[in-house]
Amino acid sequence: MEVLKIATAGSVDDGKSTLIGRILYDTKSLTTDKLEAIEKTSKQKGYDYLDFSLATDGLVAEREQGITIDVAHIYFSTANKSYIVADTPGHVEYTRNMVTGASTSQASIILIDARKGVIEQTYRHFFINNLLRIKDIVVAINKMDLVDYSEEVFNAIKKDFEALMEQREYSDQNISFIPISALKGDNVVNASDKMPWYKSKTVLGHLEQLDKKNIFNSGTARFPVQAVVRPKTEDFHDFRGYQGKVYGGDLNVGDDIVVLPSKTTSKIKEIYFYNEKYDTAARRSSVTITLEDDVNISRGDMIVKSDDLPQINKSLNAVVCWMDSTALKPNNKYTVQHGVNKVLAIVTDIEHKINPDFSGIDKEAAQLEVNDIALVSFKLNRPIFSDRFQDHRTNGSFILIDNNTNNTVGAGFIQ
Amino acid sequence: MKSTAIINSLENEAIYILREVAAQFERPVLLFSGGKDSITLVRLAQKAFYPGKIPFPLMHIDTGHNFPETIEFRDRLVKELGLELIVRNVQESIDKGKVVEEKGKYASRNMLQTGTLLDAIEEFKFDACIGGARRDEEKARAKERIFSVRDDFGQWDEKNQRPELFDMLNGQIDLGQNVRVFPISNWTELDVWSYIAKEGFEIPSIYFAHQRKVFFRDGMIWSFDDDVVYREEDEVCQELTVRFRTVGDMSCTAAVLSDAADLASVVQEIRDSSISERGARIDDKRSDSAMEKRKQQGYF
Repeated sequence: MEVLKIATAGSVDDGKSTLIGRILYDTKSLTTDKLEAIEKTSKQKGYDYLDFSLATDGLVAEREQGITIDVAHIYFSTANKSYIVADTPGHVEYTRNMVTGASTSQASIILIDARKGVIEQTYRHFFINNLLRIKDIVVAINKMDLVDYSEEVFNAIKKDFEALMEQREYSDQNISFIPISALKGDNVVNASDKMPWYKSKTVLGHLEQLDKKNIFNSGTARFPVQAVVRPKTEDFHDFRGYQGKVYGGDLNVGDDIVVLPSKTTSKIKEIYFYNEKYDTAARRSSVTITLEDDVNISRGDMIVKSDDLPQINKSLNAVVCWMDSTALKPNNKYTVQHGVNKVLAIVTDIEHKINPDFSGIDKEAAQLEVNDIALVSFKLNRPIFSDRFQDHRTNGSFILIDNNTNNTVGAGFIQ
Repeated sequence: MKSTAIINSLENEAIYILREVAAQFERPVLLFSGGKDSITLVRLAQKAFYPGKIPFPLMHIDTGHNFPETIEFRDRLVKELGLELIVRNVQESIDKGKVVEEKGKYASRNMLQTGTLLDAIEEFKFDACIGGARRDEEKARAKERIFSVRDDFGQWDEKNQRPELFDMLNGQIDLGQNVRVFPISNWTELDVWSYIAKEGFEIPSIYFAHQRKVFFRDGMIWSFDDDVVYREEDEVCQELTVRFRTVGDMSCTAAVLSDAADLASVVQEIRDSSISERGARIDDKRSDSAMEKRKQQGYF
């Protein structure tokens, strides 16, 4: 079945967890034992309604404080699709968590409290969706029950958001506005009878009709080699296969290819998935390929079609989202993990910090603190084979690792 | 033209993760319980490394309270695939006085597995343990990473996890640390069953409807085995047609009434079910945060 990954964004108390709980409830994805647990805890807390956020806030500290701390993954399915929702917290560490949640998502839901309208946080949520080039966005205007299901309120918020859209850099997005009440269940899964003026789809109805082919940013085929398999058994005496996942576009038997960094050329001889042979290795499939010629290839090398090479660079210019409490400073060294390839990098310059709310840049920034976003340049000890993020969502991104702590400390989007 | 586009994205993702484990770690091990999730992992590993062999051993932390059908199945699978199997026993940890057997009506060896597991990790210097846990099982697991770092004491620091971006997996660790790897994190119970049915994998017979001696407690069906499962005198044994949805330690796994005798009817039953899989795990019912607490202590 088709799998659609969705990220959610909203400020504290916008009702994100409630929305997800509502979707689970209305799609009958909450099992009786989970529902009983929610009923029991809601009652203990003295609520006269079911607190659906209890379905997603999994950590003790989250339930105690009534907030979401860490990205949670929630699963549900309809007859048509399987959904994976990354529920990301809306408060302090929002940038780090939202970037993380959105990095694997194909669509996103931005929540706005109808009573508050477009606020500073909304700017940030939309900014990150834009930075990550999320193609399909649902702007869910929540708590419509608290503004008498007013069309005027909805239209005013929509207008404010549209003004925000004019500032974005990436405009190839589909943005839909839906008035909802997650608590009461209006326009989430079931159409509302309280808002006859809204004639379009519910949140789930909208997600159901998204065609995955259109939302996945495609590009050209990139095949980073994860491993070389040489079984040297009787049956596979001379077998030499290259294992990895295909990104961006498809590879076919007979394609002329180039191996990077050696620039050796060859042709694709066979494509295997497990013990079966295929003519085409479709993007996002984990295959084993063999080549017509014996080529010296190791992990971290990349196989690409010979008519479409990536950039082969020992320097990098990237928008970095910094995620660590220890600051990024010029001359600091990190490991850049680009797909399965790892190289050492030194920060040559922080060109400017980017305010994550479309309000401009700061050229004076000397270092990056947690949740900062900036244009940073690096020098690498070995070249990587990359594309610009805007052309290739997978091959245009990397993570930064601090070699002292081994932590993942940043995400990069190649310019 | 035959294209790999027909292959499920969850299967592609799991194979990618398994290949990363093999490439990034010195001594990985696959934790194998004989349950459907770990069987799925073994089969995925078989596909991931073909035509090479699975490049790591399996390890079973044996509570000594397993269903005999599971052990029989485990040994057959290992032999069929020519794999290395390591078994470490909770009984041994008890005998050495490292852990203490629980007492009372709800006594289970499920918690005790943690000590035996941590000892085995140290004994073999494993740096990555591959497990079949899924995020949909339980809400603390929903917060789990695919590569989840544990400190020297095997502990999970849930508030300080590495961000996991795109599909890049950061397996860098210090000596003494290890990583728990969950290749089927994003699968649901139904995904696992559908996959087993589609592929026609063999699984232990207790997953299918069979006649069994059982008794009722707290509305749940317990397997009758006076050597392993504590039973009050008034808890009467009866013979019913049941099956198991999850296969763990016999003392904490409840059966369900079911006539599903083959894979197709099991898939249908899961699809229609209104009770979660973990609803039949007595160990999770201890409190709302039972799983989170166990994970902090190094539980899988």
